[in-house]
Amino acid sequence: MASVFTHEFNTPAYKGKTSFNTGLYIDGKFVEGSDKTTIDVVNPATGKIVTKVAEATAKDVDIAVAAAHKAFETTWGLNMGGAGRSKLLGKLAQLMEEHQQELAALEALDNGKTFTWAMDLDTTFAIDTIRYYAGWADKIHGQVQETDEKKLSYTRHEPIGVVGQIIPWNFPLLMMSWKLGPALATGNCIVMKPSEFTPLTAIRMCELIHEAGFPPGTFNLLTGYGHTVGAAISGHMKIDKVAFTGSTLVGRKIMEAAAKSNLKDITLELGGKSPNIIFDDADVDQAVNWAAHGIYWNHGQACCAGSRIFVQSGIYDDFLAKFTEKTRSLKVGDPFDVDSYQGPQVSKIQYDRIMDYIQSGKDQGATVHLGGDRNGTEGFYINPTIFTDTTPDMKIVQEEIFGPVGVVIKFEDEEDVIRQANDTVFGLAAAVFSQNINRALNTAHRLKAGTAWVNCVNQLHSNVPFGGFKQSGIGRELGEYALHNYTAIKSVQVNLGHVM
Amino acid sequence: MSSTVKIPVPTLNKEISVSTGLFINNEFVPSVDSAEVIQCFNPATEQVIASVVAGSSKDIDVAVAAARLAFKTTWGKNVTGWERSRLMNKLADLIERDKQELAELETLNNGKPVAVARDFDIGDSIQCLRYYAGWADKITGQTIEVDNKSKMAFTRHEPIGVCGQIIPWNYPINMWAWKVAPALAVGCTIVMKPSEITPLTALKLSELVVEAGFPPGVINTVPSLGSVGGAALAAHNDVDKIAFTGSTITGRKIMEAAAKSNLKKVSLELGGKSPQLIFESADLQQAAAWAALGICYNTGQDCTAGSRIYVQDSVYDKFIDVLVSTVKETVIGDGFDNNTGGGPLISKAQFDRVWGYIDAGKAEGAKVVLGGERRNTKGYFVDPTIFTDVDSSMKIVKEEIFGPVLSIGRFKTEEEAVALANNTTYGLGAGLHSTDASQCMRVSGLLEAGTVWVNQYNILSNNVPFGGKKQSGIGRELGSYALEEYTSVKAVHWNIGEKLQWPLSF
Repeated sequence: MASVFTHEFNTPAYKGKTSFNTGLYIDGKFVEGSDKTTIDVVNPATGKIVTKVAEATAKDVDIAVAAAHKAFETTWGLNMGGAGRSKLLGKLAQLMEEHQQELAALEALDNGKTFTWAMDLDTTFAIDTIRYYAGWADKIHGQVQETDEKKLSYTRHEPIGVVGQIIPWNFPLLMMSWKLGPALATGNCIVMKPSEFTPLTAIRMCELIHEAGFPPGTFNLLTGYGHTVGAAISGHMKIDKVAFTGSTLVGRKIMEAAAKSNLKDITLELGGKSPNIIFDDADVDQAVNWAAHGIYWNHGQACCAGSRIFVQSGIYDDFLAKFTEKTRSLKVGDPFDVDSYQGPQVSKIQYDRIMDYIQSGKDQGATVHLGGDRNGTEGFYINPTIFTDTTPDMKIVQEEIFGPVGVVIKFEDEEDVIRQANDTVFGLAAAVFSQNINRALNTAHRLKAGTAWVNCVNQLHSNVPFGGFKQSGIGRELGEYALHNYTAIKSVQVNLGHVM
Repeated sequence: MSSTVKIPVPTLNKEISVSTGLFINNEFVPSVDSAEVIQCFNPATEQVIASVVAGSSKDIDVAVAAARLAFKTTWGKNVTGWERSRLMNKLADLIERDKQELAELETLNNGKPVAVARDFDIGDSIQCLRYYAGWADKITGQTIEVDNKSKMAFTRHEPIGVCGQIIPWNYPINMWAWKVAPALAVGCTIVMKPSEITPLTALKLSELVVEAGFPPGVINTVPSLGSVGGAALAAHNDVDKIAFTGSTITGRKIMEAAAKSNLKKVSLELGGKSPQLIFESADLQQAAAWAALGICYNTGQDCTAGSRIYVQDSVYDKFIDVLVSTVKETVIGDGFDNNTGGGPLISKAQFDRVWGYIDAGKAEGAKVVLGGERRNTKGYFVDPTIFTDVDSSMKIVKEEIFGPVLSIGRFKTEEEAVALANNTTYGLGAGLHSTDASQCMRVSGLLEAGTVWVNQYNILSNNVPFGGKKQSGIGRELGSYALEEYTSVKAVHWNIGEKLQWPLSF
């Protein structure tokens, strides 16, 4: 008998009520975890617990996987044609739109991002992503290859089967939609683990998925910890593929578990330390605005954050002055205040981690040009921070901080900055600012990153692929490319006349 | 005259209102220079049910100008794929909302059974719009490796521009959807000329275009005589592409006019004389059922009507028996009667045409094994008619009849069957019935048709392309292929590093 979370929002940005079942969602039903334990959900703006949700164990993973397989064999997979899958995904998008404000409010409550960002970006993009993949569902094409007239040779792009999906806490609903969209569009069944830090919108989505009419077992949600549920999923012998977004550290464990179990297919979206290169001939005012968006968007909790800002010496002073002013103007405040730009970091653990990095910057001799401290006394708020006078070997320059901490680095030489930009194990994204298009494009082409932004940063679209080079990941999400993650290619070669 | 007419539906004790003006720039307007009207008939009763404005060639000019302005300002490259998708899905939702009334209007003007209009014609049309709505934000070009140091080469798949679309009377709503959906998805604007015989549902759908929120000028509807509005569109110097479904004879005129004017792009869906081959290994019961569908569906008024059947000698007599008893079950009647499987022919002209062929068949010595008898009632009803003992020289074997009239021949060998099937200037559809997979593979490879059905007939899907070989047409509708008909590819070579020395050194 799972419980219900009821909450009344009475805030400047949003007034409304929410009430939903907080159990695990398995085989079309809300249930308690096998051990009947719960996980506390904390509001990072206050540090206080808002509710408890059911906790899944490895045993629940088995139950969900069995339900998913059953659905795959009977009501989903290729038993439900593309037009049918398209219709259900379209219905889900419609329901999300009807409940958009509620979802945005839950996201802000659980994650700490502002209600405004959650409305304008997270939920809007999530709905668009579901709609985008609804449109793909009846367009999964294979090929026919010409061999000779006595042979019919073709490929089927079949759903893989039961896929495990593990999503992070930085964009909970958006990451859920990036995973759910292509997997369901292609006919797979899902066992999903949301982050234990931010399960609320994922749980709320289960009721919408149910209402949309997805057959029981096609989508299953198990809130739980990485070392229990996450490990069980990545090591499961009956899960055919795992998709993970999170830290590189955990990504390695997932890949290892996949290798050691059944060699399941993997896609990984991991960390980054993305460079943002601003040349002398950039539009400085624009570069300032984009650079701020590049590092402070989502409180710096973005895998593709442009966290190393390289500024060519000719404009360095001008840029730094303007960038500092811009950063100072970003209002840190309650997620439900209408003029807040930045809310708290997602958790105490993250808060401590970021503050440790800031301390390391100070210890290693970098200059705190702005910020570098807590904001307020309640909740996990950190002031937007700028470090200067760094050296390449410093931790704050090498490692992913995942907070509102930007490092501004002066450079002279074009060749050298490209070398520095690429001198990282990561390769998720990069940005180049220059008004000389030849220079901009050639630089973009040389940067070892899955996304190279030119005169913009952190712009994403549902139809443009996104993913990492090097240790930032394997595979691509979004666009048509994401479909490849969830289809298995079968070649069918039919002999219709050759005699052996 | 531009007003609303209320059309009574006697059997349902209701009225359907239809705007009778030309639909240009999201408004219903009178003709700019003509007082001509088009009378719309109910083919079951032979009565006039409404009159609508008949567009002149000047009205076509006005509509094209509206479409051009929209293409330059609110549509084309000025609207994102996501917005096109949203609007198309909204339109699909509205058609679904109003499907019962649209079906009744379709039946009044076209004669087909209401349930067929609603569940098949309109059901497929809604799906078609949704299918192409799903493509709208997925129009991709390519990037092409040339020289990494100096060249960024890529293609843009741009909308062609202003498209003239001319649709027939046999599936008014469904043909409307097949045309508008891919054009809208890639960003083209449209001047639609519905058939002068069946303009009413196109006008009704235009109201939903406004309600869905399309900007003015994106879709324009100009009912007009083919020789007036159709000709004007085909010859128009500011129309970038013309898409036509109808007879081969008219298709030629369209292509000629396109060539003589501005070499506009042309796609054509024309006639057919589609054959079905019944091999001895076939499931004869099933083959007969599919054959019945092939010639009786829509009362034979279908471009892919399976109007010729060739049966292998060894199963000939048995198949004829099964086929005749199957086709005999077909009920041709009023579209508002629930028992009706197929409605009347669309018009007096078509009725006379079909009877001309039946009479010719008899005169040329073919044998009538079913039908061939006139009814003595009101309405253009023709019962399914089957001829045997035909030969390739007969009119009923060579020419497209466009009615429920079937010619059956026979063959001994597979080679003979294929030769008989391909002995036509048409090439739209073909069917073969056999349980020998190798034979299915060989024969489907040899048949000269844009669609080959193996062990079925006349079933289409919105995501599978459709179109003709030979004189049955140019281009493909449905599937991803239809997008190419409305897309113009631009290659961009962007120099990012090459410095040119002139004169060139060798």
